[in-house]
Amino acid sequence: MREITTPLTGNVISELHAGDKVEITGTIYTARDQAHKRLVESIEKGKPLPFNIEGQIIYYAGPSPTPPGKPVGSIGPTTSARMDVFTQALLSKGLKATIGKGPRSAEVKHALAEYKAVYFAAVGGIAALLSSYVKKAEVLAYPDLGPEAIYRLEVEKFPVVVAIDAHGVDLYEKNREIFRQP
Amino acid sequence: MREISASEVASVVKDLCFKANFMLRQDILDGVKRSLPAELSATGKEVLEQIIKNAEIAAREKLPLCQDTGYVTVFLEIGQNVLIKGDLTSAVNEGVRQAYLEGYLRKSMVASPIFERENTLDNTPAFINVDLVAGDKVKIIVMPKGGGTENASQLRMLPVSEGVDAVKKFVLEAAENAAKSCPPVLVGIGIGGSFDKVGLLAKKALLRPLSDKNPKPKLASLEEEILAEINKLGIGPAGLGGRVTALGVKIETAPTHIACLPAAVTFNCCAARQAEAII
Repeated sequence: MREITTPLTGNVISELHAGDKVEITGTIYTARDQAHKRLVESIEKGKPLPFNIEGQIIYYAGPSPTPPGKPVGSIGPTTSARMDVFTQALLSKGLKATIGKGPRSAEVKHALAEYKAVYFAAVGGIAALLSSYVKKAEVLAYPDLGPEAIYRLEVEKFPVVVAIDAHGVDLYEKNREIFRQP
Repeated sequence: MREISASEVASVVKDLCFKANFMLRQDILDGVKRSLPAELSATGKEVLEQIIKNAEIAAREKLPLCQDTGYVTVFLEIGQNVLIKGDLTSAVNEGVRQAYLEGYLRKSMVASPIFERENTLDNTPAFINVDLVAGDKVKIIVMPKGGGTENASQLRMLPVSEGVDAVKKFVLEAAENAAKSCPPVLVGIGIGGSFDKVGLLAKKALLRPLSDKNPKPKLASLEEEILAEINKLGIGPAGLGGRVTALGVKIETAPTHIACLPAAVTFNCCAARQAEAII
């Protein structure tokens, strides 16, 4: 088990390898389809992003509404592949990691190697459990998007697995080969 | 004629939305527990244990099992000797609206699919399927389902000459998408009928309990065969590699045209949500 804190600096990224279990502590940011569209539009127009993205982690998630007395509602990962087309632009601005579920495109894999960044997998379908690692949540940008707004989350030991590392190794492919039966 | 008020339907739909979102289907929970010894991947085993823990937390704290509380499909089996007093469609939607507004459930419905994609803010409309049956009862099944697993669904009009081989090939190709469907999954397959009917057959197949054996022996063995093949793919829990990719495969069939072999496959995720009641 490897513990990391945000923002990600120094050699942390290159020390992570596909399959490593990681616990994340610190600030992370949610963004889904619509928020990604706006972030990338801002980059294309040369406008500032709503938060300093350098060394940060984006979590592909849209939480359920926060019940009274809780810091956040259920908050599990959404399918990462829908964000593939936006990922390179954000990595080019200094984003160091994303968290989601499911495999990524070849383009994303190359971009992760090029920009020395990683893709973490969180487990889909266990959102109530994952919410227990989120200590604080607040809407940071695009509140009109509702669950698709960008939330700033304070997380403690948020559990993920390195799915694609900065060395080009893809856990999804690697383990498929190990566990596939003829 | 037995009279049932639309407002009673609304109230039952509301309760079922809560139950479905907070309580993992018992057969799925049992199935996950039973699958533990079969899982050879350490990460896979851990994921299965997390699914069990998640179900406990969701039930105890009344938190949604998954943040994607889905679109809501409602299956109504209405006895022919029942008279619904009031507007049934509005009642079902009212039940969904109240549950999603009051239960801190995520609103994931957009009114227009292409251009505006504006959120309806109350998770309506529900997708309602009605079957008329004998008797004087109304059975209501509520199935909220997430967008990720829905996107993995596929429908194809297969060549009749290739028969069962075409069906198996199609399903196994579609199962490659199971990694995006929060496995271990439940696989629903519809075969026959028409283009519009076969998707509904696949959805209805998902409603059957894991233990339910197809009454037609050939279909029962096809279900078992496809399940074994899917679990050889290596996708595993959460798609991170392993042996437990699917917990069950269910097939529903219908008569079809001499020129047609429609097939549809859809998945339910490891947070399968479903609740039912009889009025």
